Amino acid sequence: MHTAALLIELGAIIFGLGLVGRLAGRLGISPVPLYLLAGLAFGAGGVVPLNAPEGFLEAASEIGVVMLLLLLGLEYSAGDLLGNLRRQAPVGVLDLFLNGLPGAAAGLLLGFGPVGALAMFGITAVSSSGIVAKVLADLGRLGNRETPSVLGILVLEDLGMAVYLPILTAVLAASGVWEATGSVLIALACLAVALVVALRWGRFVSKFVSAGSSEVTLLRVLGLALLVAGVAERLHVSAAVGAFLLGISLASDLEEETHHRLEPLRDLFAAVFFVSFGLSTDPGSLPPVLLPALGLVVVGVLTKLVTGWVAAKRAGIAVPGRVRAGAALIPRGEFSIVIAGLATAAGVDARLAALAAAYVLAMAVLGPVLARFADPWARAWVRRQRERAATTAR
Amino acid sequence: MDLEETKLPGVGLRHDFTTARGRRIGVISTRGGERELLVYSQDDPDACHAVVDLDGDEAEVLAELLGQPRVIERLARLREQIEGLATEGIYLEDGSPFVGRTLADAAVRSRTGASVVALVRNGEVVPSPAPSQRFRSGDKIVVVGTQEGVRATAELLAHG
Repeated sequence: MHTAALLIELGAIIFGLGLVGRLAGRLGISPVPLYLLAGLAFGAGGVVPLNAPEGFLEAASEIGVVMLLLLLGLEYSAGDLLGNLRRQAPVGVLDLFLNGLPGAAAGLLLGFGPVGALAMFGITAVSSSGIVAKVLADLGRLGNRETPSVLGILVLEDLGMAVYLPILTAVLAASGVWEATGSVLIALACLAVALVVALRWGRFVSKFVSAGSSEVTLLRVLGLALLVAGVAERLHVSAAVGAFLLGISLASDLEEETHHRLEPLRDLFAAVFFVSFGLSTDPGSLPPVLLPALGLVVVGVLTKLVTGWVAAKRAGIAVPGRVRAGAALIPRGEFSIVIAGLATAAGVDARLAALAAAYVLAMAVLGPVLARFADPWARAWVRRQRERAATTAR
Repeated sequence: MDLEETKLPGVGLRHDFTTARGRRIGVISTRGGERELLVYSQDDPDACHAVVDLDGDEAEVLAELLGQPRVIERLARLREQIEGLATEGIYLEDGSPFVGRTLADAAVRSRTGASVVALVRNGEVVPSPAPSQRFRSGDKIVVVGTQEGVRATAELLAHG
């Protein structure tokens, strides 16, 4: 009875996501905004309310966050992270504050309170590594000389998130200033210990996990990721950060083997995560936040353009490359939704979820489009420069 | 020629250099084994003019084509071959048992039915080498015979 309803509704959702994902491929955009839209359509207050698979979706979307962050961590070795930090720290700081502060200001203005403002800071600050990397590959820009700066910023943002998320979760969980300060300190101490373990003893963690067949390795990695994430959550460091750190410590040796085995799992659970965020957001709550969302979108595009400009300029890139770098950084996605999910689960103003959904929908669609426009613009700019040079030479 | 190496976190490694004539080219090596061949734009030196995605096998073939002109030589010669008759230039590698020994020692014709018609050493051709001709490592030994005979000769020269 209940099982039949669960399977039918769940099957319909996942199959529907498959159709939507195909549509996204056709349109050449990221599937993230479409998953969100699908969730909005089916959730509370949507066209077809679903209730049977709620418990399953909730658990699956938690696993989705863990998988997203685990694979993100697997992309970077500790050496990559520290190297980038040394080279690009000033740009990383500029990036986070330039893009985060408008969000925080909007949060305060809309009356989400200081905790809501802290969440909004993260939502507007972080580009979507997934979308940006895909856009760069699709547009054939991986070889461009500004691309290392763009990827470097993504690395720093991810590292920044590893510090930000435990602070946010500690503040969300705490009541009162003193308790909040205490749990932030505990969270940061846990983070420091975890980072040291990842950097120093990553080799041992890898050795401990990898053994025997690839099936055994897969189960060990997945099991360990969930265990670490669960323990991290207990310590108020947030499951996501635990998974991210585990990913980093596994990165050096296991990356290649585990990456392509875990990827399909990540895709499945991450899709469920986006859909269930959409499901839990009432589409009726969107219209009132559209105007602030629009404002944040305009500001968010400009601030990322500035970030990319500065980062590329530091790397000695000419004007067209600086604009390409900025445009590539515009998409926001998974992290913004992860943060909004944490905030709403902790009972921050419900409008925050709606605002984040509208913001990510716009940014995830607009970002890749603007990134594409940067190419013809750059070509035209180069042509104009050459003509000007020709006329002055004459 | 300065080969530059750049780390692309999350993607792989990029190597690039500028040719003597001023074109910048490069290769991205992803950790999955795919390669991207990059040709930089002349107008906008930060951007790529062309990007070619290659899987592992394709990249290997391209590398061979670029790095080993013999393959092309052999392919060109294949067309000239008379049916049933094969010609091949076989390189005498360092580990061959015939380095420092004579053509007579190898007894190619009696063992394989194929004939050694020439020897190429340091770009110079020794046509119809005498039985007393000594082999050196790196010699290219030109053999004519049946397909099998030529193959057997290559085997013989490599392993004895």
